[in-house]
Amino acid sequence: MSLSDKACVTGVGETLYERGSTQTAFELQIAASFKAIADAGLKPTDIDGVIPIGIVSGTAEDFIENFGIPDLRFSAVIPHGGASPAIALQTATAIVAGGICKHILITFGRSVTASVNKAGARIHQMPQFHYVTEFEHPLGNSAPAQIYAPMARRHMELYGTTVEQFGAVAVAHREHAILNDNAIMKKPITLEDHRNSRMIADPFRLFDCSLESDGGAAVVISAADCAADLPHHRVFISGVSAGHPDSPASITQRDDMTSLGLSKAAPRAFEMAGVKPEDIDVAEIYDCFTYAVIRQFEDMGFCEKGEGGAFVEGGRIGPGGALPTNTHGGLLSQAHVWGLNHIVELARQLRHDAGRAQVPDATLGVVTGYGDMGDGGLAVMRRE
Amino acid sequence: MTDLPAKPQPPRNALSEPYWEAAARGELMVQACASCGKLRHYPRLICDRCHDDAVSWTALSARGVIHSWTVAHHAFHPAFIPELPYTIVTVDLEEGLRALGRWIGETPFIGQPAQGRFETDGPVPELIFEPRAET
Repeated sequence: MSLSDKACVTGVGETLYERGSTQTAFELQIAASFKAIADAGLKPTDIDGVIPIGIVSGTAEDFIENFGIPDLRFSAVIPHGGASPAIALQTATAIVAGGICKHILITFGRSVTASVNKAGARIHQMPQFHYVTEFEHPLGNSAPAQIYAPMARRHMELYGTTVEQFGAVAVAHREHAILNDNAIMKKPITLEDHRNSRMIADPFRLFDCSLESDGGAAVVISAADCAADLPHHRVFISGVSAGHPDSPASITQRDDMTSLGLSKAAPRAFEMAGVKPEDIDVAEIYDCFTYAVIRQFEDMGFCEKGEGGAFVEGGRIGPGGALPTNTHGGLLSQAHVWGLNHIVELARQLRHDAGRAQVPDATLGVVTGYGDMGDGGLAVMRRE
Repeated sequence: MTDLPAKPQPPRNALSEPYWEAAARGELMVQACASCGKLRHYPRLICDRCHDDAVSWTALSARGVIHSWTVAHHAFHPAFIPELPYTIVTVDLEEGLRALGRWIGETPFIGQPAQGRFETDGPVPELIFEPRAET
């Protein structure tokens, strides 16, 4: 049985994205969840499945108790960092297609202000990173920027990828964020600003790195036959898949450190959807670093390996470009909620409800997740 | 800077203990499958080729070439602030594994010959790589 078009995104919700929130991660998660459920035209007690994202989320039990859910039929934890929301789409699609649930909530909240759980402190708290914790952290190699930098450096040396191409990604994201009322970074930037931003982990400058921010995001995934009477135009999940790189727990030991799990996953999702990358109208690509966007275009077959740098140049991925990408501003300029904001944005684009960043007549889009050093997930979505 | 915290300690365990004991002596040792001989680094419970759990430990040359590198300009742990900027390299070892270590020398380049050694003065042995004249 194919999972294609068996599930729809029926509700989306986000809190205000900001830095300095006084709310806890769980409060933000609950607020976003209520918005997504209301957006779907549902009540919290209609939710019969929940996939809380991330290590600071509420548990399934928390949602039963706070929402008063009478009969939760499914819950799961997807432990793949920034790939978790996209991989959760695969799980939710399979579960509603199998008739287990009607409406599954995928939900995330994050407060870096209220915690000490910041980028550099996080890695060694996560069991999947135990090799990094034991063998790399003591040498001063612990943050994602440091761990991913050698991948980017190698891509630059092997394929001639340039600082300006990283900058093109940063600038395009900022141009989109400026169109979004709920984005943190609103000041225009140029390629020169990108080049002049301070170096964090060579070759990554500050403007190559995603934000640390507070906020919550949630989506409701419904069985397609339960979605017809809900308020919004249906957005079908036409293709969805997940993949893992070789040596997933250590980039250092990976034969080809420029290859991600998405390269295994993408052909499956596009085949399931019956479309090709060139058919895509709008892309929401997990952007922990500028380089990661370049790399994922290659992994998905939008261009050949090594040509991702040239692909993002010339305004292609910015507002009005041939392939508008991260039309909300992404993790680089909107907010970092582990890419659940990318799923929210793709659904809005395909509903034609994306405000000033709306891609005209968008009918087919792709969203990716990327996390934990190379795990990947993606969904091809289609407007009914 | 006297109130800086100590550097993070590796959470050693039974699987990795031989690595750290060798490192304290200045030797880079890795697991070798006692059944099929496949080398593995970092330490794992079983061999991913033949699935045997028997292990012998073998010393490596610590010779190799630079696979990639980064220069840290921002300390994500405060203990490393005094060392900024510092360079981290990943090195393709002659025996076919890859190792991560600190780099001492001019800015490295991919393919540059490197020689590793352990700095054993501090509380944790630190793997250091330096440029190596090709022989």
